[in-house]
Amino acid sequence: MHHFRAPDARRFISASLMIGVAFVVFGASFGVLSVSAGASIAQSCAMSLLVFTGASQMSAVSVIASGGSVASAFGGAVLLSGRNAVYGLAMSPVLKEGDLASRLLGAQWVIDETTAVVSAETDPAKKRTAFWISGAILYASWNIGTLLGALVGSSINPSDFGLDAAFPVMFIAMLAPHLRTINGKKAALFGAVIAVALAPFMPIGLPILVSALGMLFGLSPEKDVPTTSDGTP
Amino acid sequence: MTWTFVLALAACAYGLKLLGAVIIGHREMPLALQRCLLLIPAALLAGLIAKDTFTTGQHYAIDARAAGLAVAIIATWRKLPFAAIIVLGVGTTALIRVFV
Repeated sequence: MHHFRAPDARRFISASLMIGVAFVVFGASFGVLSVSAGASIAQSCAMSLLVFTGASQMSAVSVIASGGSVASAFGGAVLLSGRNAVYGLAMSPVLKEGDLASRLLGAQWVIDETTAVVSAETDPAKKRTAFWISGAILYASWNIGTLLGALVGSSINPSDFGLDAAFPVMFIAMLAPHLRTINGKKAALFGAVIAVALAPFMPIGLPILVSALGMLFGLSPEKDVPTTSDGTP
Repeated sequence: MTWTFVLALAACAYGLKLLGAVIIGHREMPLALQRCLLLIPAALLAGLIAKDTFTTGQHYAIDARAAGLAVAIIATWRKLPFAAIIVLGVGTTALIRVFV
């Protein structure tokens, strides 16, 4: 890919490799948890290759692992992935330069981290370099991690290692960037309250779908509203 | 986990990315909808954390997982590397289960 030979490429490669290390660890954790929730190695890898949005993948596996229905696991995962549509708005000028095939591939790489890397740049050419380099490195890291984790996960008994505790730990790391605004904090607080309050009264997994309504408490106007030009999660 | 589930989720997740990046592109998406879509992860991820820490099935439970979560929150707040957050959080839960 010619983007790897562009001016400034080295800066984006090293920045992406830093995130990539975390992605390998993160992907491996997903692989272990996914296999322990009953997915096969091939299914776990297919999710990372085809779904490629960590929070949705982890959410689906978490709901299934705790005995929730397939429908609620699916609904929560799709709700979580809606934000990628908004990131896509900010990324569309970056993708518009390429042909249809590269736009279709590029769309798959529109996630929190690539959006953050691209949004830090102002020059259109640098934005393109940043997107394709971070996308390629993070996609590779996530999928390598998933494969390693799925292989390990299928050879151990995850509950022996306290790995069920890995779910909330993962989610904390994913939630942190969404708490930068007051509205994000409010939405999170009410989401947590809703999920816990409804747990005894609803089938497992359904309270998670309802917890998305916590975002209604974060809709009050404020100055630091995330917009498409901002793009960062 | 079934292949239908994996492929249907893949289609929806990719479809949403495609919607923003290629189909709508630089044209308008209602601002209210954008704000909702960007706020859902805060609410839903917090809901998942609460479920995975304080409930087992449909019952409340406070156990070693809560201690692991507390350590993970501190590690995240102190901006430790991702791998360290996982090792500390999961390790805390595992150690408590071994010794308590």
